[in-house]
Amino acid sequence: MSESTRKKVSAGLARRRRKERVFRMTGLLATTVGIVFLVVFFVDLIGKGSSAFRQTFVNLEVNFDAAIVAPDGSVDLQYADFDALARNALRGLFPEVSGRGPLRELNQLLSVGAGYQLRDMLVENPDLLGMTQSVWLPASSNVDMLQKGNIDASIDASLRTISDAQLAWIDALQRTGRLELHWNRAFFTNGDSREPELAGIRGALVGSFYMLLVTLVLALPIGVAAAIYLEEFAPRNRWSDLIEVNINNLAAVPSIVFGLLGLAVFINWAALPRSAPLVGGLVLSLLTLPVIIIASRAAIKAVPPSIRNAALGLGASRMQVVFHHVMPLSLPGMLTGAIIGMSRALGESAPLLMIGMVAFIVDVPAGLSDPATALPVQIYLWADSPERAFAERTSAAIMVLLGFLMLMNLVAVVLRKRMEQKW
Amino acid sequence: MANKITVRASITCGLILAALCGTAGAQSARDHIYVVGSSTVYPFSTVAAERFGRGSEFKTPKVESTGTGGGLKMFCDGIGVDFPDIANTSRAIKSSEAASCAANGVDEVIEVKIGYDGIVLANSLRAPAIALSRLEIFLALAKQVPGKGANELVDNPYRLWSDINPNFPATRIEVLGPPPTSGTRDAFVELAMEGGCSGIGWIKELKSTDETRYKAVCHSIREDGAYVEAGENDNLILQKLEANLSAMGIFGFSFLDQNAEKVRGSAVDGVEPSFDNIADGSYSVARPLYFYAKKAHVDVIPGLRGFLREFTSERAWGDDGYLSERGLIPMPAEERAQIAANVLELVPMDLAGN
Repeated sequence: MSESTRKKVSAGLARRRRKERVFRMTGLLATTVGIVFLVVFFVDLIGKGSSAFRQTFVNLEVNFDAAIVAPDGSVDLQYADFDALARNALRGLFPEVSGRGPLRELNQLLSVGAGYQLRDMLVENPDLLGMTQSVWLPASSNVDMLQKGNIDASIDASLRTISDAQLAWIDALQRTGRLELHWNRAFFTNGDSREPELAGIRGALVGSFYMLLVTLVLALPIGVAAAIYLEEFAPRNRWSDLIEVNINNLAAVPSIVFGLLGLAVFINWAALPRSAPLVGGLVLSLLTLPVIIIASRAAIKAVPPSIRNAALGLGASRMQVVFHHVMPLSLPGMLTGAIIGMSRALGESAPLLMIGMVAFIVDVPAGLSDPATALPVQIYLWADSPERAFAERTSAAIMVLLGFLMLMNLVAVVLRKRMEQKW
Repeated sequence: MANKITVRASITCGLILAALCGTAGAQSARDHIYVVGSSTVYPFSTVAAERFGRGSEFKTPKVESTGTGGGLKMFCDGIGVDFPDIANTSRAIKSSEAASCAANGVDEVIEVKIGYDGIVLANSLRAPAIALSRLEIFLALAKQVPGKGANELVDNPYRLWSDINPNFPATRIEVLGPPPTSGTRDAFVELAMEGGCSGIGWIKELKSTDETRYKAVCHSIREDGAYVEAGENDNLILQKLEANLSAMGIFGFSFLDQNAEKVRGSAVDGVEPSFDNIADGSYSVARPLYFYAKKAHVDVIPGLRGFLREFTSERAWGDDGYLSERGLIPMPAEERAQIAANVLELVPMDLAGN
């Protein structure tokens, strides 16, 4: 009897082992494919985007000529021709250039931001008036693209955005050490711009921050309160089943629907301002609420009934049981759910389209009702821009967004690890 | 202990909510200009807005890209800080839209033509150039084309470019273009397709006898895969053209201008899509761009008067202005001067007569 069983088993053994191997290989293959896609994505993203963190600058000896910026004695910050200061400094390096056309080409080497930078310098330090100082000014995006190898200088001049004369000047500037790649600070301190070399993500970052703040303040307390009531107090009947099914359905509703809801309720009915982070945050809290409720309910369910029974047995009220025992124990799960919901909210752009946050907004928002964009929206807007230099900025903005998401997920993991209770 | 903390937390939340409502209530006045409208005008409008914002004490105008139709709808919804001050359009306002404007109290509207935009059919520089006529564009992209019999229409049978004209390469017809929601698509259909379609005698006669059928014939783009809707993202079309040498793409001239080292615009009816050819009107697939501003908002919304002047200044829309550097084709100098004078005087258009 046992002899025959052993025979049967050993006869099938090879086949079972082979099946096992095939199954394992399939799993390994699936994992590898996933990792390869991820690596390709990251290599492509970093390859395209990392150059945006450095930016070409031109070193010029700028004379803050009082005759130009303060012809009648005082500086009129609005109308004074600060661009002329930069232009004159550049012309000083190439005195042989003359004629309107060539001079215009020469001026095109500098960013339109050069004049604004000089203005800001003079505002900060009025003593500069009449002095000459060595300044690193941003080069135009075409020069920047050439420096980064994104413009092919060998092709026919009519097809390039840079002319042969400009190539020669750039070459001369480079030989004298006046053209260098520096850390691109403006990318983190500026709002949006149509000049790629001046465009930054500060506005979008601040907009996203305000929105997440509103989302956190609204969705976390409401979501946790709803979860506690449904788990601990609500009677089990057809109504609570119906509510549960609907919360699960709500979590799967496409986000654009929440945008339409936000447009109808918050903007058209409640007359809140369009494009404001306040409305964006309200819409995103609707979006995250079901996620937080579901995660919080799961966390509360995981608290062993023995703890509740022990507390009740010692005479605690239902509310004391909840606040003294159940909530502290389920808090890590609730917070993880909240952070995962918030990461989803951070990556949303579709609902923001409906409430007017997909817009060109230069000024960094200073409050909840100022017009603002968000990180994913900024990525979308830059990806759609014709200027070449926006391509690398798009990738760089994606890197910043992914960095944020990773940070949030890391916080979720750390919170869980540190606060987790095991029974 | 935990109890106290949660009570305190909920009070804090309540306070923050109250603060939120407080900031929202303060929205009765708007301190920035609000622009909506066409995605074609968006690149020009945003540049003008940014220059205005940097060069003046006012905030930079907010520009939302909603499409021409959507923008005009919002624009015409009423007067007041909740409604846009300016609508950008890639076509003139329709009489139905003007009527809705007037019905909602938006009766004084300043119409400003800002220049021209060409629509180009382009392919990769590494592929051979194809010079097309508007008739050939129609034959390549229409849903139905004239058959062998008199006044007969058949489903578009052309698979290869060489089927249309033996001088063309024997490659598959594959054109990437914008979806029907796009103003570029509307203009392309109207200018290129209809332009070619009306070159066929009996179809042209339809216009006076059966206009519905005429429109159906001339405005229908084939749906058998030869025309690929590539979304509104021109960069995507560009990448596909680089990868697929036999494909052609449809986009605005400003985009071609920025990417001249990758793609080449096809000559249409023997005219190259160049700055000069669009400016003098010889390139046929070009359209005027406009914006509309509310006179009632001037001097109410801070900076609106200044922004109108900035947009219509020579340094913006002139021959060497910063808008022409972005691909806007300027109007002749006299026309510019005329319109700029109208803007300065805030002369409203005649909404009823439009």
